[in-house]
Amino acid sequence: MSNVLFDIPGPKARVRHRLMAVLGIVVVAAILAYIVYRFIDSGQFTARKWEWLQYAQVQTDLLNALLATLKAFALGAVLALVFGAVFAAGRLSDHAWVRGISTFIVEFFRAIPLLILMFLFYYGGPVVGVSLPPFAAVVLGLTLYNGSVLAEVFRAGIQALPRGQSEAAYALGMRKTQVMTLVLIPQAIRSMLPTIISQLVVLLKDTALGFLVTYPELLYYARYIGSQGAFGRPIVPSTIVVAAIYIALCLLLTALANVVEKRQRRSKKHLDTQPPKTTEDIAGVV
Amino acid sequence: MDVLLDNMDLYGPFFWTTIKLFLISGVASLIFGTILAGLRVSPVPVLRAIGTTYVTLLRNTPLTLVFVFLVFAYPLLEIIELSYFTAAVVALTLYTSAFICEVVRSGINTVPVGQAEAARALGLTFTQILGQIVLPQALRSVVPPLMSTLIGMLKNTTIAAGFSVTEAGAIRQYLSERGDNQLIGLLWVALGFIILVAILSVIQRSLEKRWSVAR
Repeated sequence: MSNVLFDIPGPKARVRHRLMAVLGIVVVAAILAYIVYRFIDSGQFTARKWEWLQYAQVQTDLLNALLATLKAFALGAVLALVFGAVFAAGRLSDHAWVRGISTFIVEFFRAIPLLILMFLFYYGGPVVGVSLPPFAAVVLGLTLYNGSVLAEVFRAGIQALPRGQSEAAYALGMRKTQVMTLVLIPQAIRSMLPTIISQLVVLLKDTALGFLVTYPELLYYARYIGSQGAFGRPIVPSTIVVAAIYIALCLLLTALANVVEKRQRRSKKHLDTQPPKTTEDIAGVV
Repeated sequence: MDVLLDNMDLYGPFFWTTIKLFLISGVASLIFGTILAGLRVSPVPVLRAIGTTYVTLLRNTPLTLVFVFLVFAYPLLEIIELSYFTAAVVALTLYTSAFICEVVRSGINTVPVGQAEAARALGLTFTQILGQIVLPQALRSVVPPLMSTLIGMLKNTTIAAGFSVTEAGAIRQYLSERGDNQLIGLLWVALGFIILVAILSVIQRSLEKRWSVAR
């Protein structure tokens, strides 16, 4: 669509475009240069502020913090996928009461901010005598919130399949469970994989919320190292380093999503179904 | 019930701050996100690249990290001093506009090609085509995803509580100082958010009905 928005530029338009390109570069370069200048001027780029990265102890601690983030992500992702599968099945159940309960739970956890969920487990737990470590609070929050979103994704994926698929399976004499596990779910997972992975990217980013419930993950460590007087309080460098790590991790996951999407388009087995409308607004969850 | 009634002086103003935070950053990110989407479909490759880079960077950064940068690191640069509330608005806007941009761009792709072709045939320029023909139709078709992005942002405002903004997410902290039951208090906060999300969903449905394009 984007290339229908304008004609192929003629000589005059080309000059104008070049002018705008130069202007764009100048504006962005000016903003970046100003920020870099402020960095230099306030001494953020002096060697002293970056020295901390050279200490072996700091490097191991940084690695451990990264592992803590990945641990929360891995456990949260697996549990969220299971939670999503269970409640998607619940929402597609033939029994009205199972549908009702599943719908209620999914809608409930989707409407509550993830941070409030983590607070509920971490600060609310001790009130009723259950004290959870921060790690458990983070993983539980991630599981319930992202699991509910994934449940909607799975459900939308199954409902987007052509009706003929399940009708044919029923006509062959399969039971509901067989229709689901042998016919519908394998196809749905194929078509929903990109959406599922992008939801996992969201989950990975949300592990940073652990920072607010004192889970010692990457961001928590960045703040900690940034407040160390011995290293000259390098909060700006440590934030930059951690941001680079987060962006790299998320881009890796996104790249995986793209590879999967491309492979899917190539494979002949894949049924070309229209991606359901609803998935887009679910996947847009920030 | 007591926890809510005894602390109405907390719940009222704090939720009001949440709503203010949501409205200001919502409008700001809608505007900024639409501009970004315009950049991403513009005829100038450099502008497209700028838009893409911004969106890729911000979409892959945790919002909490944006907050940490703006609240703890940014003041060291001594540019302009931001209050905690303003910093929260800036963080939410920077982050959410990247998502809004993607939604608007997907909306632009749903507008039939003939619309832009007809506009070009009439001799309209790129800005005229985008502003008068394509965007008005695109925005109508993306009301549902746009609203769910905004609902996501409403939920994200709670992160500001960790950065000294007195909004709904921070109620817990004050309750614990007063020695009230935190679990019940947090459940009331959760209920508040469920109500706000429900209101936004109702608005979404009515806008969808009023604005849906018959095709």
